[in-house]
Amino acid sequence: MEKITLTPKADEKYLVLEADCITPDAFAGKTLDEIKEMKVWEGNTTWPLGKFFDIIGTVADKAEDQAIVINGNVPRVKYIGSRMTTGAILCKGDVDMYCGAWMKGGSIIVKGNVDHFAGIQMEGGQLIIEGNAGNYLGASYRGDWRGMKGGEIVVNGNAGCDLGEYMIGGTITIKGNVDINAGIHAGRAVGSKEPGGKIVIYGNSPGRVGGQLIRGNIYVLGKIDNMMPGFALKETKELDFEGKMLPFNVFTGDRAEAGKGTLYVKA
Amino acid sequence: MVKPKVTTATNEILIKNGFVYDPASGINGDVKDIAVQNGKIVEASKLTTGARVIDARGKIVMPGGIDIHTHIAGPKVNTGRMFRPEDKLHDAGMESSSRLIRAGGGFSVPSTFTTAYRYARLGYTMANEAAMPPLLARHTHEEIRDTPIIDQSAYTLLGNNWLVMEYIKRGETEKLDAFVAWMLKATKGFVVKLVNPGGTEAWGWGKNCVSIDDPVPYFDVTPTDIIKGLAGANERLGLPHSIHIHPNNLGHPGNVTTTLKTLALTEGIKTHKKSGRTQNIHLTHAQFHSYGGTSWKDFFSEASKTADYINSHDHVTSDVGFVTLDETTTMTADGPMEYGLHTLGHLKWCNADVELETGSGLVPVLYSPASHVNGIQWAIGIELALLIKDPMKCFMTTDHPNGGPFTRYPTIISWLMSKKARDAKMATLHKWVPERTKLSGIDRELTFYEIAQMTRAGPARSLGISKKKGGLAPGMDADIAIYAFNPKTTDAGQKPEALVKAFERSAYTIKGGEVVIKDGEVVALGNSKSTFWSDADGFDNKEVTHDIVDKFLKYYSVTLNNYPVQDSYILNPTVIKCGPLAGGN
Repeated sequence: MEKITLTPKADEKYLVLEADCITPDAFAGKTLDEIKEMKVWEGNTTWPLGKFFDIIGTVADKAEDQAIVINGNVPRVKYIGSRMTTGAILCKGDVDMYCGAWMKGGSIIVKGNVDHFAGIQMEGGQLIIEGNAGNYLGASYRGDWRGMKGGEIVVNGNAGCDLGEYMIGGTITIKGNVDINAGIHAGRAVGSKEPGGKIVIYGNSPGRVGGQLIRGNIYVLGKIDNMMPGFALKETKELDFEGKMLPFNVFTGDRAEAGKGTLYVKA
Repeated sequence: MVKPKVTTATNEILIKNGFVYDPASGINGDVKDIAVQNGKIVEASKLTTGARVIDARGKIVMPGGIDIHTHIAGPKVNTGRMFRPEDKLHDAGMESSSRLIRAGGGFSVPSTFTTAYRYARLGYTMANEAAMPPLLARHTHEEIRDTPIIDQSAYTLLGNNWLVMEYIKRGETEKLDAFVAWMLKATKGFVVKLVNPGGTEAWGWGKNCVSIDDPVPYFDVTPTDIIKGLAGANERLGLPHSIHIHPNNLGHPGNVTTTLKTLALTEGIKTHKKSGRTQNIHLTHAQFHSYGGTSWKDFFSEASKTADYINSHDHVTSDVGFVTLDETTTMTADGPMEYGLHTLGHLKWCNADVELETGSGLVPVLYSPASHVNGIQWAIGIELALLIKDPMKCFMTTDHPNGGPFTRYPTIISWLMSKKARDAKMATLHKWVPERTKLSGIDRELTFYEIAQMTRAGPARSLGISKKKGGLAPGMDADIAIYAFNPKTTDAGQKPEALVKAFERSAYTIKGGEVVIKDGEVVALGNSKSTFWSDADGFDNKEVTHDIVDKFLKYYSVTLNNYPVQDSYILNPTVIKCGPLAGGN
């Protein structure tokens, strides 16, 4: 893989950048000078990408051979890796909203935190976040009822509310705690024979897990402070979870929507 | 000494050598020059030597298009914009702002400015908002003000109005006439519009009127009474257009029976012909009303029944309401129908009640080529346009955005003009589509003349504005579209893609004598945008005034003083005077 490194210029001030050009698809096959000239938006104005980053490295001919490293903290740069289909991105610090949104393939690793709407309506690929994630992780676009379709999201820290909203497929794993509404509306747009998505939460949630869940599986290994009343306890049984037999309370619901989802809460 | 009067001619355009299609004057593709002076069509000899010359050699010249039924302004359209942010995400054609145009977009529910740009690009110069709730008429006119370039009007919803139903029940026709006349003035409305007559009021009671004989709860009138009552009032008032009806039982299998019964109701009503129209009822989005079967499973096309009726009766005009098989937003004052759609697809649903007047609902819909129902709906639209013999009775609409966005009109034209294009589309649809419709057996391919009838001359005559609009005769408004398609060297039937390309981006659109579109780009907004409304005088009635005051004191959430749309809301009105004082019947 060829590597291009973007190092944020410390003296460059900006409000918020929208940099949907930072993807292997957009970089591959271009020269470094062309990449420096690619447009990023600040409000209603555009600037060349090279104004904000020192850009060095080698460009690959094909996007699948292209790696991009963001060598620093960019908590106000949005849309990094959005709509990417292949290749790899490593962000060494924090990133802003819509990281990996609508991605179809490839992988993104973020060493710091991501803001809201990361991985929304994702269709494939891997989004690994070592810090915390904001709200609406792997959710649908505002207003849409077709959420994350495929791929994998892993968060080592905590996640905000509404993760996996309207989820159709793929997996979201949260090693820490989550806020309310995890998996809300999930499975709304799932076909009648498809299994839906999978959400695994190692930590706790204040509540509303699986609200209006139609189809899909949610595992919670910590505690849920307030269970949704629309879930019925089906059974308590030992299940093979990552190679270990663990006891789970198995709920089905959300009955308010005649949902056929399953919620496994560690007993 | 009297100085000789000097009239300065400005804004002169000479469109030379185009293939002119002007059905209102019977011109069928003749190579002709069209001259424009001061916003009107004139004889070419009237022009001074300084006229701007547009070389239309090898191009098609038509009057500006007129959309007789579309939803582009008002509360439910705006609700559609607000509740579908994803409609903008899926719109590849978002407009960027420039010195001239505003940023905006939305695939199925575009913003007001974008709506105007897109209509103008198609060569359309007038689009009529088909459902204005009276209480929200101000909002509708505010949006019309924010839609530049194109002429507009709004149709006032009256089919579920409490006073209308009360007067009809008591047989008080004089009061009904006075009330309808007052309503059109108060809302600056152009047309009497009925949507699911009685059914939307019944929805307020959790019910519906699925046939024309179902009584409306409490009011104890039937859709039959409402349709006949308002059709009679419409003709006594001598309004430019007939009643414009979205019949009961829209979108349900087997509803063609209701449709034909509805059309038969006005057979005996004398048509007011002063405005040049021949019909006393306009059936809108006929496609949604031409269904056979008893359920979605055995659903089939009954387009031929609707077409046969329209072919054999002269008191009806119709527009199609094509389904274009897109992801779109449905919006209508037919509240119970939208609830039905919501229960079918489980997608988000918005429902509204408009006090004493009407209601509405909105649901996103994905018309899928894989679904036999949607495929048959697509075919029914095309069947209707091909089976109705006279295109002056059957107009181009998608009931935008209900059947699909109006930006698909060029694609629809290609399906109508090219059997090759529609066969290719049909091959991608469910196998029941050819089995349950007659479309594959229809060889008719419409001509440019017939397309001009469906999109220009026909709607203008049906709306009663054919003296000003929909034609290129001297004295008419200079609303003109020029398309880069040579009908003599290119066979539209064999080259449907070329046809779509030419009609999607007009070479020129001229509105009120000003070039507003050149090569598909907006180059000016023009100064001729006008809002049409119908002013029927001579029907004042003290008792009706008393009844209106009473309703406002008792029930309305606003006072009567805050209700009528002030004149200042309408920037450049075209007031169609009607009624006995205007020389009507």
